[in-house]
Amino acid sequence: MSNRYIFTYATVMIVLVAALLSTAATVLKPYQEANAKAAKMVEILKSFGVDASRDQANELFNRYIVDEMAIDAQGKVVTLYQKGKKVKGEGVRPFDLEMKKELKKYDAGQAALFPLYKAVKDNQTFYVIPLYGKGLWGPIWGYIALQSDLKTVSGVTFGHEGETPGLGAEIAKPPFQVQFKNKTIWDGQGNFTPIDVVKGGVENLPKADQAHSVDGISGGTLTSKGVDAMLDKVLHIYKNYIVAQRKK
Amino acid sequence: MSQEKTTREPLFSAKNMELLRKPLNLDNPITVQVLGICSALAVTVKLEPAIVMSISVMMVTAFSNLIISLLRNTIPSRIRIIVQLVVIATLVILVDQLLKAFAYDVSKQLSVFVGLIITNCIIMGRLEAFAMGNKPWPSFMDGIGNGLGYGIILVIIAFLRELFGSGTVTFPVIGELRIIPQSFYAMGYENNGMMILPPMALITVGLIIWIQRSRNRELIEEKK
Repeated sequence: MSNRYIFTYATVMIVLVAALLSTAATVLKPYQEANAKAAKMVEILKSFGVDASRDQANELFNRYIVDEMAIDAQGKVVTLYQKGKKVKGEGVRPFDLEMKKELKKYDAGQAALFPLYKAVKDNQTFYVIPLYGKGLWGPIWGYIALQSDLKTVSGVTFGHEGETPGLGAEIAKPPFQVQFKNKTIWDGQGNFTPIDVVKGGVENLPKADQAHSVDGISGGTLTSKGVDAMLDKVLHIYKNYIVAQRKK
Repeated sequence: MSQEKTTREPLFSAKNMELLRKPLNLDNPITVQVLGICSALAVTVKLEPAIVMSISVMMVTAFSNLIISLLRNTIPSRIRIIVQLVVIATLVILVDQLLKAFAYDVSKQLSVFVGLIITNCIIMGRLEAFAMGNKPWPSFMDGIGNGLGYGIILVIIAFLRELFGSGTVTFPVIGELRIIPQSFYAMGYENNGMMILPPMALITVGLIIWIQRSRNRELIEEKK
């Protein structure tokens, strides 16, 4: 077969495949984005104990989330949305901010905005902080809901892209996540203590440390460390806001 | 597409059924051809991803075999590997996109494994060894057969690993079933953590090969 045939064959094939794949991507994108958005809402709702399916996510999200804020690294509220509508500030909806990009900007010393959700359920207020960090094989993320005292954890959810099933992937399961309930991020002396994921058993720690520590996963040490580092980093970014709110 | 063959040979003739049956045992892609070992280690910690992975691989082998077989007379032999890869990659990306749009939960569970189908050696092995030289329908059957042969081993390994490693069995849709009762743990039974680690998958494959060969003497190579 001549070179001309080979080149023509390859070119035609590539063009056809490119057309097919880009059409598929364009046509399917709205569905995929709607899915991803609903899944994100489900996760946020789950962190303070509301179980929703993806179909009801939008409705429940609007019912429970009263304030959707974007805060800067100094803890100042820059943008405020309520019920999906802008109330104050400029820029994108806080819900659409990506922690990954904002953390990158933050690390590079640029101005970054971080989303924060205030929810009210049964007359109780919750603050939901999104988390993002590195596991062993890829990104891990989650949401941590604080009670109205901004000290006690109400609940967490974690997700991951490709942690080892049965080991690191256990962070996405209830047995790991329920440990966070009622842990505190401030100790009695007023020190900021983001939750530690520890090895060797929480019950073996000094009493003062037990309140802000949870057990890591046996065989999932590196993922557990990733969760620990993620909580530490992200909660420190939100610390200014938390301090300001607690003074009120 | 299979018009020309139906006139000559029934679709499910003995020869075509043989294509389906052989990879299940005598020509199994994992235990006899020793292909696709890497994913057999990676996705067999739990039963559910193993089942979904098997189905996905079966779909991709079947349809890439079919497409390559339809194109086989036009593919320039010097770039045939590239053409095969393009077909496989396109199918895998399409499957991934469709899952994300219409079966979001499944796609989340599979995550990176979908992309890994591209690197599964069974698919390209079958394209090279079979689809390049056979008609579309037999190639399709060969793809299904090899997908099944791959899947059956994956499911056996995953079942054993999950049962002894975690004490559970997880099915798609149904969810996690606890097989080993709590009372066993109370009496001092422990999950075997080794089963969760990759080496145990390899050892399990080895055991399956051993059992299979002791039952099928023709698989044993002659001594030189």
